[in-house]
Amino acid sequence: MARIRNDYENSWWPRLLRWLETGSSALDDRMEEEMEATHEGHLLPSPEEIAAQEAKREERIQRKLSDELALYTHAHQWSRTKGAKLADWAYRILAVVICLAIIFLLLQTASFLPSFGSPDNPAHNEVSRRYIEKGMEETGAVNIVAGMILDYRAFDTLGESNVLFVAACSVLILLRLSSDKKDLSSVHQLEMEADDRMYEPKNDIILQKVSTLLVPIILLYGVYGVMNGHISPGGGFSGGAVMGAGLILYLNAFGFKKAQRFFTFPVFQAVSACALTFYALSKAYSFFTGANHLPSFISPGTPGNLFSAGLIPYLNIAVGLVVCCTMYAFYTHFRKGDM
Amino acid sequence: MELLNILLLIFIIICAVAVSLTKNLFTSIVIFMSQSLAMSVIWLLLESPDLAVTEAAVGAGITSLLLFVTLKKIHAIDQQKKGAAQHGTDQE
Repeated sequence: MARIRNDYENSWWPRLLRWLETGSSALDDRMEEEMEATHEGHLLPSPEEIAAQEAKREERIQRKLSDELALYTHAHQWSRTKGAKLADWAYRILAVVICLAIIFLLLQTASFLPSFGSPDNPAHNEVSRRYIEKGMEETGAVNIVAGMILDYRAFDTLGESNVLFVAACSVLILLRLSSDKKDLSSVHQLEMEADDRMYEPKNDIILQKVSTLLVPIILLYGVYGVMNGHISPGGGFSGGAVMGAGLILYLNAFGFKKAQRFFTFPVFQAVSACALTFYALSKAYSFFTGANHLPSFISPGTPGNLFSAGLIPYLNIAVGLVVCCTMYAFYTHFRKGDM
Repeated sequence: MELLNILLLIFIIICAVAVSLTKNLFTSIVIFMSQSLAMSVIWLLLESPDLAVTEAAVGAGITSLLLFVTLKKIHAIDQQKKGAAQHGTDQE
């Protein structure tokens, strides 16, 4: 049972309120009165006395300052002449010694590495033998690297794509200008554009003609690399990087206005998110069926065909799209903080 | 082929030292680009053409582009040009 308080006036809450209102308690009041009483008879010092004291204080401060200055100049003279020389010597000797030690350590470690390309290296174990012997019939990919990174070790590749996506997110967070800058006056925008393209040829005829010739070829090569990732060398990352470089060349030749006709921020968001989600879902499906020994409708197909190797071409396309969009987004956000 | 490999490796080492020794940031990025290009040829010689394509596109292409843009944004190229011009007039 709770105790009933009868004297509300003396409980802690009203006491606190009273203290807050008056600012002091009875004890403080009494102390103040006593202090006033002791100070009653004390006379104030005369102006001369004050002036003398002030002068003495000034003199003391001056003396201390000059002492300090002398010490400071002494120390600095030493560090500028002799000390600097000593520190310089120590720095150089230490730099050389540390570099030599690290070089020695690394070379010593390298001498214990197995010789390059030797058949009895520890890397040539049953795992790589399995990949090489059975990789093609299990994954359906002629390019064994694609079969490895998108089938046996697809989880790693998912992590890599996500790392790239997170990097793009952090670039967006750091470099993206806020949207309230969009309603700036057109003069200011023009000035910013001029500042942005200060060292570039504006509407340069050579660059434009060359890039009309080169950009389709570069983009086509990127698409070829992505689509044939399971047949020939290439794959999602390299093809996507080539496509991104082609887009950047196009942007540099023709400016933001023309690039914005087909590549804006919503396009970037949609493509990146869809590609990553597709990758995650399809790999979740194949991991689920594979781990539970369930029959899967994905068949390896005939190795060597364009649409073979199960999910690998589609995963390659997803990775390529993510990489391409990320590279382009990096460049545009470095350039002007927008797309 | 052995000789080419050795030459490329020596070139890479020289580039790596030169990048850290150059005072001009613009020049050091160009050296970095050439180092990446030599590295991509080495990948090709090591029979991994997909890595070579990636190295050429990312290392020599996009990374150096981003570095150039950053240099321009912090007005490093501008200042260095000004500094070089002042230096030139001083010498005259």
